Amino acid sequence: MILSFLKSREAILAGAILVLVVAIASRFPAFVTPANLANVFNDTAPLIILALGQMVVILTRCIDLSVAANLALTGMVVAMLNTAMPGLPVPLILLLAVSLGALMGLLNGLLVWRLDIPPIVVTLGTMTIYRGIIFVISGGEWINAHEMSDAFKAFPREVVFGLPVLSWIAIVVVLGFVVLIGRTPLGRAFFAVGGNPHAAVYTGINVGQTQCAAYVISGALAGLTGYLWVARYAVAYVDIAGGFELEVVAACVIGGISIAGGVGSVGGALLGALFLGIVKNALPVINISPFWQLAISGSAIIIAVAFNATSSRTKGRVILKKAEHAA
Amino acid sequence: MSVTAQDTGSAGRQIPDRLKSPMQRFLGSWELLLLGVAVAVFILNSFASPYFLDPWNLSDATFNFTEKAMIAFAMALLIISGEIDLSVASIIALASTAMGFAVQMGADTPMLILIGLGVGLACGAFNGALVTGLGLPSIVVTIGTMSLFRGISYIVLGDKAYTGYPSDFAFFGQGYVWWVISFEFLLFALVAIVFAVILHRTNFGRAVYVIGNNPVGALFSGIRVTRVKFALFLLTGLMSGVAAICLTSRLGATRPSIAFGWELEVVTMVVLGGVSILGGSGSIPGVVIAAFVMGMVTFGFGLLNVPGIVMSIFIGLLLIGVIALPRIARRILAKRKA
Amino acid sequence: MVMLANTQGSADVHPQTGEAVSPILSLKGVSKSFPGVKALSEVSLELFPGEVTALVGENGAGKSTIVKVLTGIYQPDAGEISIAGTSVTFPTAQDAGRAGVTAIHQETVLFDDLSVAENIFIGHAPKTKFGLIDHKTMVNKAKALLDRIGARIDPAVTLRDLGIANKHLVAIARALSIDANIVIMDEPTASLSHKEIEETYELVERLKAEGKAILFISHKFDEIFRIADRYTVFRDGQMVGAGRISEVSEQELVKLMVGRSVDQVFPKRSPQLGKEVLKVVGYSHPTEFEDIGFSLRAGEILGFYGLVGAGRSEFMQALFGITKPSKGAIRIDDQVAVIRDPNQAIGHGIVYVPEDRGKQGAIKGLPIFQNVSLPSLKETSRKGFLRLAEEFKLARDYTRRLDLRAAALDQDIGELSGGNQQKVVIAKWLATKPRVIILDEPTKGIDIGSKAAVHEFMAELAAEGLAVIMVSSEIPEILGMSDRVIVMREGRIAAEYEGDELTPEHLVRAAAGITEVRS
Repeated sequence: MILSFLKSREAILAGAILVLVVAIASRFPAFVTPANLANVFNDTAPLIILALGQMVVILTRCIDLSVAANLALTGMVVAMLNTAMPGLPVPLILLLAVSLGALMGLLNGLLVWRLDIPPIVVTLGTMTIYRGIIFVISGGEWINAHEMSDAFKAFPREVVFGLPVLSWIAIVVVLGFVVLIGRTPLGRAFFAVGGNPHAAVYTGINVGQTQCAAYVISGALAGLTGYLWVARYAVAYVDIAGGFELEVVAACVIGGISIAGGVGSVGGALLGALFLGIVKNALPVINISPFWQLAISGSAIIIAVAFNATSSRTKGRVILKKAEHAA
Repeated sequence: MSVTAQDTGSAGRQIPDRLKSPMQRFLGSWELLLLGVAVAVFILNSFASPYFLDPWNLSDATFNFTEKAMIAFAMALLIISGEIDLSVASIIALASTAMGFAVQMGADTPMLILIGLGVGLACGAFNGALVTGLGLPSIVVTIGTMSLFRGISYIVLGDKAYTGYPSDFAFFGQGYVWWVISFEFLLFALVAIVFAVILHRTNFGRAVYVIGNNPVGALFSGIRVTRVKFALFLLTGLMSGVAAICLTSRLGATRPSIAFGWELEVVTMVVLGGVSILGGSGSIPGVVIAAFVMGMVTFGFGLLNVPGIVMSIFIGLLLIGVIALPRIARRILAKRKA
Repeated sequence: MVMLANTQGSADVHPQTGEAVSPILSLKGVSKSFPGVKALSEVSLELFPGEVTALVGENGAGKSTIVKVLTGIYQPDAGEISIAGTSVTFPTAQDAGRAGVTAIHQETVLFDDLSVAENIFIGHAPKTKFGLIDHKTMVNKAKALLDRIGARIDPAVTLRDLGIANKHLVAIARALSIDANIVIMDEPTASLSHKEIEETYELVERLKAEGKAILFISHKFDEIFRIADRYTVFRDGQMVGAGRISEVSEQELVKLMVGRSVDQVFPKRSPQLGKEVLKVVGYSHPTEFEDIGFSLRAGEILGFYGLVGAGRSEFMQALFGITKPSKGAIRIDDQVAVIRDPNQAIGHGIVYVPEDRGKQGAIKGLPIFQNVSLPSLKETSRKGFLRLAEEFKLARDYTRRLDLRAAALDQDIGELSGGNQQKVVIAKWLATKPRVIILDEPTKGIDIGSKAAVHEFMAELAAEGLAVIMVSSEIPEILGMSDRVIVMREGRIAAEYEGDELTPEHLVRAAAGITEVRS
């Protein structure tokens, strides 16, 4: 059991993160103070939430490039609602954000399921459409901190038991995914559909419907993150989280989630996101320009996908060995 | 069970070469439909704005698509073969950054051209090696290199910009060869012809279609599949280098955000041009017309003061619409038959 | 000859107890067609509780189609399925499961990245009162099921980490988990070692004792006679015989399987053998085949017979340069030839008409004439530029020789029937003017008329001095066409026959590895 864990991708990644943190700490001990680590986690929370949503989509052999645009559009909508109706309670805003995000995910899912359009085309398309809609509804204007109500802005930053609500939400989402992936029929169906769609049909699983469900989940989490993002940074405009979808995909690929579908774990996605989050937060500490971030995630994607491909290369059939056994 | 002689004895039956003449084929083609759309957009634009029909305005409008279209031709071949390259815009950024860096080192224009093309080829070779050598899916590889290539530009440039390109370098993006015909437009036309010949008139082009329709069958027919695919990545990198030269010359400056998001517009142009995103079919004339349509729509919206980002809604809808509508139509037709 | 005499009645007598038993599952008049092929034609089949019925037949006899009909993957065009006397239909795979039918497939259709317990219970996992999957119960139940079949497998490990034999056991446990009364085992021992096979037999006995009705599909006669109580024989989509295994001999079964469908007319040939064209010595591959050697003369048709998975196609593909051999040499016209990719093979005049026509042969989406000219583009083009007129000319010449039926040469090959697609694929290779043509299952899944045309043509080619290798699993075809036959088994050459030794019994025995005569 322990041995098989040590050989797993998650263990290798966890080891890499540990080495990274220790290396940074040896020069800059302040990086590993609990307060700073909590900070890093809080900063990485949106990436963690989105990476988990992306994970279920990738598990079913699809991809969702519209998450960042979905996030930005939902963020803009709730920010504008807040400006127009400052009295709207936060729980209602959360509900709205999740529903709106899920709706956009559903649109992606239906186009993939019902019309059989390749996932990459669908989500590249909706990505630009959602971004464009933000401009149309906002007129290209920014919504700034002073236009938002205090309750709206305070929610993600509220500290409960020593951690901000944003961090707690990420933790709850991670736990939710542990249950969803490990303990529900839908969670297992994601693996079945991506791992062996042909066999999934034999076991009575509807492939398209399962993929659509993955998109809805990914969309709902993007919507949730949309509100949290806008409230935390207290600003909403067209380009927030621009290009963030690539970071989300990067977190998944680094976390060992196979783009070919059917392989991945909650732990992997979490570690992949944490890896990128730590790198991002460590760069200024170790005096490297944050402009390195993009190239580092790019290299990490390539190395991770090459590593995954070579380690899971299937061995040939073994008729001859069988024959020798029999003889 | 037994087979009588007349079943096999009548060998020598003549089969006609073609069921439909090339003209009949053209009349039912995607390209003709697209041509209709192009004409409609042209007429609408000329009614919508009095400035549209001015030759110099029209000439300006071509810059909206010439650089993207040159990449789109190579991308069309790549997509027909069943692969994709999402890193093209980042190759532009890297090639442009390399040229800007060379200018600081005192390079002259011919040197800049070599560097632009060389970086493009090198990036294409890198993508191609990862996809064909390691057998990795091109979509993930090029999402990775998309970050990597542009990331290197950011490392080099940060929030600064390279300027100070030599004055004769400006010709590639700003020069005119005859009256309103710009150098870029001429280059676009030449590249279109070259790619049309490659795809439709050579053995190599045939191999591209074969691989896109059936990569295993291609291998079983003696086609060197990995070699062809590698060449296509090289070609796409090269054309991104060409686009980088034109764009850098036109802007006269390099920022790391140069050509941001172009990969999407290039893919949209290719798909709108009738190339199947799943590979196997499509034509260069289709992509040429699609380039004109997208260029003129952008220009028309510009004349009407519609901001660029709203354009992107239109492009997104176009991308999904051109794939979805035929499928919906086919489904309705099938239901009617049943 | 044994005919359907004793299964026509719906009641029968149990061999041990002597009580009357009625079938738990019966199929009557079930037919299923696909474009161009009639896969099942009014077949009937009965399964009895506590008994093993062996389903035997050649490849393409309709065995896998009947499995798919029984598990709800295919819907029959006509006929009736009844379980315990009531008529049923299976619109989906789940409906078949609910009715108590389960199949353990040839290639384990399971999920490599899920745990053993999850594989067993996917779709019907035990749940807690909150509606979540109850892992503890699931693992315990899985353990109990695995114990019941005597499998020592940890239910928590990932399926990927198991060998093929254990994966089979998991599939069996899954079958039991849905409390099926009717278990279909599709060649369960095909890829198992001797010891594992014994364990499988014990398991079958246990299932019998539990009163399950078992449909056991197998090519191996020794095991059929060992564990089956009844047999049913399919041939060309028809049920041609059924009865008690104790009342039939091996010879009779082989006869039923092969049939006298040899009344297909094969072209009469008087082979004029020329000099040796191809000599293969000690060709080996790390995993697929070992020490294959033979020689082939101009004008000869050499048949390769064997069971599916015997390594015939894998060897042919190595000969054509698709895969690389680990050892061995080829001589062409007594000159050493090195073949590392298909291009080199074509250059040496060796061409391969693959078994998987859809994937490896026809380039669907491209017109007929482009399919034909594909390997000959060097000849039809000039300096790398296409010359369509030359391509059309080539296509006209060769499709006429093969008597192709098509509307026009610019028609998409995908629109043609299987037989006509095959003619185009053969035409494409003949256009390269080869010395050796390898035909892998050349008439699999094509209509009888095209079959005859392909046979006729093969004979013509040989008469013109081409050396022909034909891989086939159809005994009539092998016997009707070949001058000489090599039988492969488990990656090695098991036997070689020619002249009077070429009998169906010899081939079946050599392919299945039966040594002594049983009757």
